[in-house]
Amino acid sequence: MSVTAGAHERIEVEVTVNGVPRAAEVPPRRLLSDFLRHDLRLTGTHVGCEHGVCGACTILLDGAPIRSCLAFAVSVHGRELTTVEGLAADDGTLHPVQAAFQDQHGLQCGYCTPGFVMSACGFLAETTEPDDDEIREGMSGNLCRCTGYAGILAAVKQAAGDLRASGADPRSQHQPEDDAFAGRPGGEHGPAGGDGGGEVPS
Amino acid sequence: MKPSPFAYHAPESVDETLTTLSELGEDGKVLAGGQSLIPLLNMRLAAPPALVDLARVPELDTVEVTAEHVRVPARVTHERLRTHAEATAAIPLLRQALDWVAHPVIRNRGTALGSIVHGDPAGELPALLGLLDGNVELVSTQGRREATADSFLLGPLESDVRPGELARAVVFSRPAPRTGSAFEELARRHGDYAMAGVAVTVTLDPARNVAAARAAFIGVGGTPIGVELTDALSGQAFDALEPGEAIGLARAAIDPTDDIHATASYRRHLAGVLLGRALESAARRAAEDAAAEEGTHT
Repeated sequence: MSVTAGAHERIEVEVTVNGVPRAAEVPPRRLLSDFLRHDLRLTGTHVGCEHGVCGACTILLDGAPIRSCLAFAVSVHGRELTTVEGLAADDGTLHPVQAAFQDQHGLQCGYCTPGFVMSACGFLAETTEPDDDEIREGMSGNLCRCTGYAGILAAVKQAAGDLRASGADPRSQHQPEDDAFAGRPGGEHGPAGGDGGGEVPS
Repeated sequence: MKPSPFAYHAPESVDETLTTLSELGEDGKVLAGGQSLIPLLNMRLAAPPALVDLARVPELDTVEVTAEHVRVPARVTHERLRTHAEATAAIPLLRQALDWVAHPVIRNRGTALGSIVHGDPAGELPALLGLLDGNVELVSTQGRREATADSFLLGPLESDVRPGELARAVVFSRPAPRTGSAFEELARRHGDYAMAGVAVTVTLDPARNVAAARAAFIGVGGTPIGVELTDALSGQAFDALEPGEAIGLARAAIDPTDDIHATASYRRHLAGVLLGRALESAARRAAEDAAAEEGTHT
């Protein structure tokens, strides 16, 4: 069905986010990043530069990583989205990519982390045995001002190995009982770790 | 920042898109992948009164490969074209250029035709329009026309899409037999805007000597700059190129400027170095293409 709306009218947008159907009425200019954060109250997706340079707002759209600040909510009606909130297991056990970022010191302040994690999930789904150069290329669209990147590259490398061992699809929610992480104590990687710091203090 | 308010239209067919664009006239702007347009909107460097979103027009999704052409409609993303086996086999330069386009996450959403319409002076795809004798198909309720690189790319971020028109597809010509190509560029980080870059094609004669060569430079002028190199390289053996004259021609033809990333004189030097590398790769690939062709005939 075609859609027409005035600049100040609202349009019903229905999407599936992390497997859950969600809907909200939004004006045409609502960025997908703001739709997730403001309308759906999913604040794990962070907003940095808001013009496509920093990568903090990266999410998966039908399984492929995109910048949520460079898409309008109205353009993705009917599609499937995955955000950082959709990665950890229901019991809080971290997804292998999240766990690897913690193990390898792939984050400090955590602001860029949700974007790196989502980029890594998309990258590792396409490239299961990346070498160091491929990891650098795959992560090149995300900026981190704390770590100096060495820990991030090590984390992606660890995650690639862990995912190969378990055979899990990195774009799916972590299922601890199905893979090698079953024995890992849930407390080792705290349940909220994937949010990476949440809101900027105002 | 956030975009200024805009009216929103999401038609479901090309016909409906054209009707909508016709009604909107100068107020309408087409949204495809949005990877260049939305940053401009977010920074309020552009504030069109209405956007016409192609999100619901799947008929613009299918790449067509014929004996003569590769046709790329408006919704085809960089990544889909980059990984399209038939299209990149027909025109290897597509893959060679698209490997340099932005970062993987941007390539998932940005479109090849959108990059040409956007007309960034450092964009890779606009350079291919001229080098591959390409045409942009422009349609409106009034009819259809085709535009070549010379008439379509008017200046930095300026292309000849008129009010009411949709850039429906770009059509690239397949190269002649015994042709090789290469794309070389240098950016501060892979995927960032190039300080300078060059696409080249080299065609050999049956004796593996250069029969034709041309280049298109990016990042060193307001639009891609095409340079005809056949006279400078004609008759040279593919594995013993002497590119000095071609590099001199190119350095004289380009028009780089200073910015925070590089001086004009560095860009001019760099463009020549990149041309030398690209010619060597393209000539070698042309010889491989010639060998493969002979193989299929024996």
